[in-house]
Parts: sequence; structure tokens; C-alpha cells
Amino acid sequence: MITADKNTKAVDLVRAALDKAKEYEDYHCFISMNEARALERAREIDEKIAKGEKVGRLAGVPYALKDNYLSPEGVTTAAARMLDNFPSPITATAVAKLEAEGAIMIGRTNLDAYAHGSSTENSYFGPTHNAHDMSRVAGGSSGGSAVSVALDIVPFALGSDTGGSIRQPASYNGVWGIKPTYGAVSRYGVVAMASSTDTMGCFARNADDVDLIMSIIAGKDPKDSTTLDDFWNRELDDARPKKKKIGIIKDFLKDGVDPEVSKAVTDYADRMKKAGYEVEEVSMPIMKYGLAIYYIVQPAEVASNLSRYDGIRYGHRAAEVTDLDSVYSKTRDEGFMPENKRRIMIGNFVLSSGFFDAYYLKAQKARTLLINAYNEAFEKYDALLCAVAPAPAFKLGEKTDDPLQMYMEDMMSVLPSLAGLPAISVPAATSKSGLPIGVQLIGPRKSDQILLNIAKGIEEVA
Amino acid sequence: MSKSDYKMTIGIECHVQLNTKTKLFSAVDNDAVDKEPNSCVSPIDYALPGMLPVLNKAAVEKAIRAGIAMNCKINLVSRFDRKHYYYPDLPKGYQISQMYQPIIGAGEVLLPDGSTVKIEHAHLEEDAGKLTHYDNYSLVDLNRAGTPLIEIVSMPDIHSAAQARAYCEELHRLMMYAEVTNGDLYQGNMRFDVNISCSKTDKLGTRAEIKNLNSFRSVEHAIEYEFERQTKLLDKGEKVVQETRGWSDATGKTTTQRSKEEAQDYRYMPEPDVPPIVLEQSYIDKIEANMPMMPDEYRSRFGVLNLDNSEREAILNYPILAKRLNEVCDKGGVQLAPRVAHWFSGILLAEENLDKDFALATAAELTELSEMVEKKELSSTGAKAVLMEMYDKKNTQKTPHQLAKEMNLLQENDEDALGAIIDEVLTAPECAKAADDVRSGEMKAIGFLVGQVMKKSKGKANPATVNELIKKKLS
Repeated sequence: MITADKNTKAVDLVRAALDKAKEYEDYHCFISMNEARALERAREIDEKIAKGEKVGRLAGVPYALKDNYLSPEGVTTAAARMLDNFPSPITATAVAKLEAEGAIMIGRTNLDAYAHGSSTENSYFGPTHNAHDMSRVAGGSSGGSAVSVALDIVPFALGSDTGGSIRQPASYNGVWGIKPTYGAVSRYGVVAMASSTDTMGCFARNADDVDLIMSIIAGKDPKDSTTLDDFWNRELDDARPKKKKIGIIKDFLKDGVDPEVSKAVTDYADRMKKAGYEVEEVSMPIMKYGLAIYYIVQPAEVASNLSRYDGIRYGHRAAEVTDLDSVYSKTRDEGFMPENKRRIMIGNFVLSSGFFDAYYLKAQKARTLLINAYNEAFEKYDALLCAVAPAPAFKLGEKTDDPLQMYMEDMMSVLPSLAGLPAISVPAATSKSGLPIGVQLIGPRKSDQILLNIAKGIEEVA
Repeated sequence: MSKSDYKMTIGIECHVQLNTKTKLFSAVDNDAVDKEPNSCVSPIDYALPGMLPVLNKAAVEKAIRAGIAMNCKINLVSRFDRKHYYYPDLPKGYQISQMYQPIIGAGEVLLPDGSTVKIEHAHLEEDAGKLTHYDNYSLVDLNRAGTPLIEIVSMPDIHSAAQARAYCEELHRLMMYAEVTNGDLYQGNMRFDVNISCSKTDKLGTRAEIKNLNSFRSVEHAIEYEFERQTKLLDKGEKVVQETRGWSDATGKTTTQRSKEEAQDYRYMPEPDVPPIVLEQSYIDKIEANMPMMPDEYRSRFGVLNLDNSEREAILNYPILAKRLNEVCDKGGVQLAPRVAHWFSGILLAEENLDKDFALATAAELTELSEMVEKKELSSTGAKAVLMEMYDKKNTQKTPHQLAKEMNLLQENDEDALGAIIDEVLTAPECAKAADDVRSGEMKAIGFLVGQVMKKSKGKANPATVNELIKKKLS
């Protein structure tokens, strides 16, 4: 467990994390470091401990923060030029909750600009490298956070997951990642991507740590009307599955999935059987449409959410402008990355009159069918098992010129996102070339702890 | 062809700013009157990254009240949508509105002349900020951004400029009576967009929309102008262009602002950050049970007072006056209330008195004042003087009787006391001739004698009583 060992000073923990971050600088996990403030916080905590005052459950534990969470410490860039000098007056709810427990943010991690991407290559500040092979991508969009945990710089990091942005980099770097039930954690103070699927989660190195972090950041927040009443309230070991039945999504065992990845899934299924689970294949044909649904709904919300970046009130503003239209077009042209622009264009297209019914509305109807299919499956199973991503981490630059190939990365991760379901990414295997492969467990709403409980149990089975 | 062959069809969209304490989606002051620009703005209104709207329940309640006032169905489930366009007065780049499932459904507004205008629906939305343009720059004030609005959409149910004006005036009254808005048109608390088309057949003509009218007068005049303009075009065999037009009070004309081709595509999308509004019928019933009286109820109550229509409607424009008059009816009945009504319409509603706080005089005081006139303790001129004092803050603790006394306006009705003065006057040498004239039946001379008594009594004598007494003494 990451709860600080009483004999180690917070200052030493933070110092060690900062040193390690420096040592691994070439991986480019971080956009900015929070060194001075982090050390100051650590000293405050050490003083409290010395005085015998009460400190939080994470007192002195260093962590890394995806750079799309607002906090007055430093600037929040969302890895976009648009916000490259945005000092936020706001603290995100999740950050405030961690700080209240004494956790110390040592730096802000790299991401695809505005979390648009699956490789952390779309960052204005350059890509992050995979923890296991520097020539490969970190995955994304929370690539920096995943790598910072994989390199053991910090014991945990916060990320955000809209269609796989925590789970896929977790899988690529061999760490645990969770996308909780939609509404489990407040979105307040996190730069919005696609509001109806945005979730806040974390990376850590085991189920207990994930559970501890999530139990702290989860809960109802009056500032986010979509948050649910706190359901993260059990001991992890008590969150046992009732049916002891798992379904493997058959549709994702062959088509478009690397054989090594498929094998990782079936091997994991075998371990589950050994642990006493009944595991069977389940056909869910609607799953094939997930990616199509997601790449209509998500860009629509992205286009809408990015409308506020207009150069009028804060953030980047183009220098040479002649009139209002040029303020908008030049500012947005300079401030956004190509992938941001692509999604804005797709989003505005599917929402425009004349196309709305054919695309957006149809996608929302299909989304309902998808949710129904999940509900039906969960009548029978505690959880569904499939891969996180179709293949292990790809080479840097390999897919940057082919957005569609890049989108294909998300074909299995977007599904629980569209349905608001919890899903975890668990390290399961290593490829022949030494790359980590994760598997994904998906459960009904609010079954987050049960998923962690199941996966924790499987860890003990060879 | 004559204009009278054309039938005009009008639909009106009315924006009403709700007078909630805080904004629709943020907890900052909603009242920006006389405040520094951008001083009533939260990070939510400012659209900082990561900010999320939190629905103000008070705005929902006000919307329900407005809906009930218009006899509309209140929808148990309603939802918000985003309406997108780029303009510096719209910080998020979208307005949160209700496109598909509004909170207020169909209803009907009854106008004072007995005609009705059907309401299509009304929805909740947020207002935008305000831009002020200068030579080569513009300033943005977001104080108003996020103020709750309801947009009331009528059916194309109106057929004359006068009826349109009457509808707007009645909407204003309804919103004031429902206590959902401050109703100050000058401050933009209510704004009207008018759609007009003309046709000689039952098939509607092409419409033009005149946006952002902020007075009843401009609604009426803009429609009159537009009827002229459209029918002239049609008579010449030309077409009316579907477009948005602006109205200028200064020139008295409408002019093209934006054609249909230039119209914005708002790219509506369900608002994912605000859950649907789900209401219990019992909650709506409770609000309905506690609604104050509406103008039409007052109209029927005031029927017994035999007021003329313009007088009654003038009073109804001020809910507090209607309320007071109604209370006076309860206390003083048909005998005392009409006089109070005349005071309201004749004195209080004169230009120079409109800044007075009409709530200051209570119904009990007004009834007392009317009763004093009735009992001849006070002349009607004296009563008017007392009335004005009653609307002075420093006098709130005083009764009309006390005020009249202080002002030396109480009339002398005591026959003994008056008798003494009269005897004095009648025996005075300068009055001898007049007294003789009256005795010999020349009643015209009595006026002089009454005048003398009034003078001696310093105006406190009741002239009618004096008249009677003199007659008696000289007969």
C-alpha cells in the first residue's frame, strides 16, 4: 500500500520522486514540475507529524497530475498552445480531495492536447515515450501519468478517461488503470473533453492502491450535477462478486486483434477459471458499432466544449488580428493542434442542420442499444472480459498520419465509456518483444470495487 | 387592391429575465443594476475550463409560476440543450437553452378585451452578456451573462398591431403578478421578437422577424410599419423576404439585419452537464395553491366598481395597487373603493408620482381616508393632499386622520360650533345685504355668505353643511 511509511519523512519521499523524475526526463512524462511547492508542502506535513497533529491517509505521498486538471499550483496547459500560460484560480475537486489527505503533486503530466488522442503524440510539448521501449508510444491520452507510475517515479497518478485515455496507456505501460462509473468522481475543474463520457480515474501499481485513491476522490460534488452519491464505501476485500460468472466478449477475440493480445485475454480467462469463476464466451454484435458511435458523439461534444476558447477572455490570442472573425479564426488556428481541429470539424458537421438526424441522433439511438446489450449481459455475468487495445504499444510516428488507424486503437475501450460503465485495465501478459499487455474488465454501473476485487484475486493465480 | 384585403398574422417570442437572487447556473448575484461591469461574474459565467453549470432551483420555481400564470401545462420532465454561436457576449460559445423538451407546455393568455392568444411553449435559458461598441474596439460586460430567462413563444395567433401590444402588456402584467420578474422594460427585463406575415388567403405569407423590441409602443409601431411595408411589396407583385429585421424608434422604420441564407446554424445538442429537470406533480400543485391573484381575477372583482376600462387597466399595471384596491373593496366595499381607484389612476399614476413607493399606504389607511371624505370630515381636495403625504416614508406611522389634523384639513361639521360662526357672519354689517337678499329668495347671494364662513373657519367648515345651516337660519 502506498500509505506513507511512518519512518520516512515526506520531504524525502518527495525529494526522491523529484530526483527520479529528473533521472527519467528523456521519457518526457511531465510538462511542468511543481518542485518548490511540493517540497514546501512536504515540510508542512513533516512538521505536523512532528507536532503529533493529525495528517491525512496520503500524508506525504507524491503523485503526478495529468495536465488537464486545474490547480493554482503552476499552469494548466491541457498540452495545448491555447492554454500554454493559463494560471488557474480553481482547484479541481479531485485534486482538492487528494490534498486534503496530504498527497503532494510533484508535477503535471503530458497528454494529447485536450486529451484528443491515443498516443500522447498530439501534445504541443512533444510526445511521451513508452516506459518499456523508448521508441514506442506511451499510449494516451494520459500517457505522461501512465509512464510516471510505470517508471516508479510516483506510486500513483491521476488521469482522465473519455474513451480509453487511462486504460490504454495503463495497458501499454504495464500498470493498473481505472475508468470509474460515469459520475463516480467529480469532473469539476478538469478541462472538458466529451462531457457525457468524461471520467476521472487513476493509475497505480496494484488493486489496493487504486481502490484507496478512488475511495478518496469519489463522491457526490455539488459543483458537478452528474456526480452520484458516494458508493465507494466498502473494504476492497468485501466487494465480492455474487455470480462468479464472467463473459468473454467473443466479437473481440479475433477480428482486428493481435494474436498475442487475444492470447493474453484467453490466458487471463484460464486464470479466472482456476480462481473458481465460470467463464464463457458471449457474442455481442452491437459492440462492433461502438467506435462509429463514439466518433460521432465524442467529436460533437468536443466541438461544443472547445467553443469557449475564443481568445476573448483568457488563454492564447493571435497577435495580428483585424476584426472579430480573425480573432476567432487565427486564435483557434494557432491554439489548437491538428487533431483538435479534426474533431471540431467532425463534431460541427454531425450537429449541423440537415445532418443531425442522420449522424448524431442515430448514434445516440445506437448508444441506447449498446447500453441495453450491456444490461442484458450483466443479468448473467459479474463482469465482461476483453482486451484494452488491439495490439501492444506501437512505434512513435507509426500512426500519426493515419487518424483512422489511431481511432481503431479505441475500438474496445470506448464501449464502456458510451454506456457509463466502470472498466479497469489490468497488467496481464508480456509480448515476445517485451511489451506489456493489459486486459479489460467491465462491470455494471457502480460495480467498480467488485471489478478490482475480482482482478486482485486473479493476481494470486499463476 | 386595398390593404384591408390582407390578413396579418403575428407570432411573438418574449424573453423575460427572472428576478432570482442568483444566476441560472452559478451562485453569483443576478441583480446587476448599477453594478460595475464584470463584477457579478463567476468562473462558470466566465466559462473557465473545467467549469460546470449547476441549476438554480429558484429559477425552476419561477418558471413554473410563469407557466401557471399563463395557464400553461407544466412538463414533469424537461431537458436542456446547447445552442451554439460565436459572439463575445456568449462566453461558452453556446447558450444553455431548452430546444426539445421545454419546461412549460401549451397554454393560453386571455387579453382584457376577451380575445385569447395561444402559447406554444415557454422554455428556460440563460441570457448573454452585453457588448458596448466604440470606434475601433468593443467592451464586454458579462454581468448579465447567465441571468435566467424564460422565452415565451406564442402561436401565430395575433392579427393586429393593437392586439399584439395588448398581448405584450398582458404578458408583462402576468409576469409581474406571478412575481417572476422585475418587469423593468428600460432595463431589458422583457424583450420582444415579433414575426409578421401578410396574406389574402388562409395560406400564411412569408414572414419577417423583428428582433429585440423593448417597449410596448415599439412593438405596436414596428408591426404597423411592417404591415405597410409588406402589403406594399405584395401589391407590387414582389416578394417578402424571410429575414431578421431591426426596428429603430428614431426613424420609425424596420431595416434588414440578416437574411435566411445568413442565418446561423445553432448546432443544437443535448446539454450533458445538466441532468433533466424532473418534477413531482405535488410540487407544482403546491406552487399553484400559493399563487397570488392574477390580473383577470382582479378584473372580475373590480367589475362592481364601475371603473372605465382605461382606468382599471392603468391600476392593473401595478400589482401592488391592484392588491390594495382589492383589499379596500374587502374593507370598504362598493361605497369607498371607487374613490380610492380614482385616486390611484388620477393622482398616483401621474408622471411626477411614479417614483413613489406604492406599497407605503396600507389598505386600512386608504379605506379610512375614503371614509373621511364619505363622512365629510375631509374635502376631496384635502383628501388628495393627505394621500400624497401617506406616500412619504416619514409618515408611515401616522393615520390619515392624524395627518389631516396636522395639516389642518379636518372639516368642521359640528352644528353648534358652526352656528356660532354663522351667527357672527350674518350679523356682521358687511354681510347684511347678502343676508337680506337670501331672505328675499335671491339664493345666489348665499355663496358669498358661505365663503365668509369658510374664511372665518379657516377652511375647516364643510361648505355643504354651512350652506344648509345658513338656509335654515334665514328661512
